[in-house]
Amino acid sequence: MAMLHIVNKSPFERVSFRSCLNHAKPGDSILMIEDAAVAAIEGTSFTEKLKEAMTDKSVYVLGGDLAARGLSEDRMIDGIKSVDYAGFVDLTVENETTQSWL
Amino acid sequence: MKFTIMINEGPYQHQSSDSALQFARAVLAQGHEIFRVFFYHDGVYNGTRLSVPPADDRQLQKEWSELAIEHNLDLVLCIAAAQRRGIMDADEAKRQGLDADNIIEGFRISGLGQLIEGGIQSDRTIVFGD
Repeated sequence: MAMLHIVNKSPFERVSFRSCLNHAKPGDSILMIEDAAVAAIEGTSFTEKLKEAMTDKSVYVLGGDLAARGLSEDRMIDGIKSVDYAGFVDLTVENETTQSWL
Repeated sequence: MKFTIMINEGPYQHQSSDSALQFARAVLAQGHEIFRVFFYHDGVYNGTRLSVPPADDRQLQKEWSELAIEHNLDLVLCIAAAQRRGIMDADEAKRQGLDADNIIEGFRISGLGQLIEGGIQSDRTIVFGD
């Protein structure tokens, strides 16, 4: 049963993103919203940890939250998909369960 | 598909009320149903009609209220969380011997059982908070 993990905290501020990656199972999806969007950028101290998760999980970012922080999609880690709110809703429909890592 | 949305954060605290509002609009735009929106903890501040943000700021309470009226949504404030934070409807204000109420149109006050029922009745329960 696939789960959508919704993360809204920067990995540089709280441990919730790391907790999420430690609990998510292969085949799950991870959506970065709000301050978590900064983790989508290539070359941070969190990049390797996220790339490791991406070997067997899908990772998405809410494009508007990335743009709101002045970050452009061409700086994202390869393989991360940008979605809008309609895409956010689709992810909640496609996954049987969701977990918000507040 | 039926959705229940839970909001644990007040407006202007961070971003969760904004995120939840945009998510709710996208859910409705795609033809899904919102069974209930449950406001818990500081989230109950989304239900006051006495908030007066600067004119160029987001009017979150008003936007929730308008969305509820337009789509006939069930917006529920947790009663214990609301009492602690001074959010009252007319009945509750009277019961507590208070001289005013401040709930905005489109919201109602009820218990935590409404969240549990929302979880049972809906296909998806999505949580927003800080």
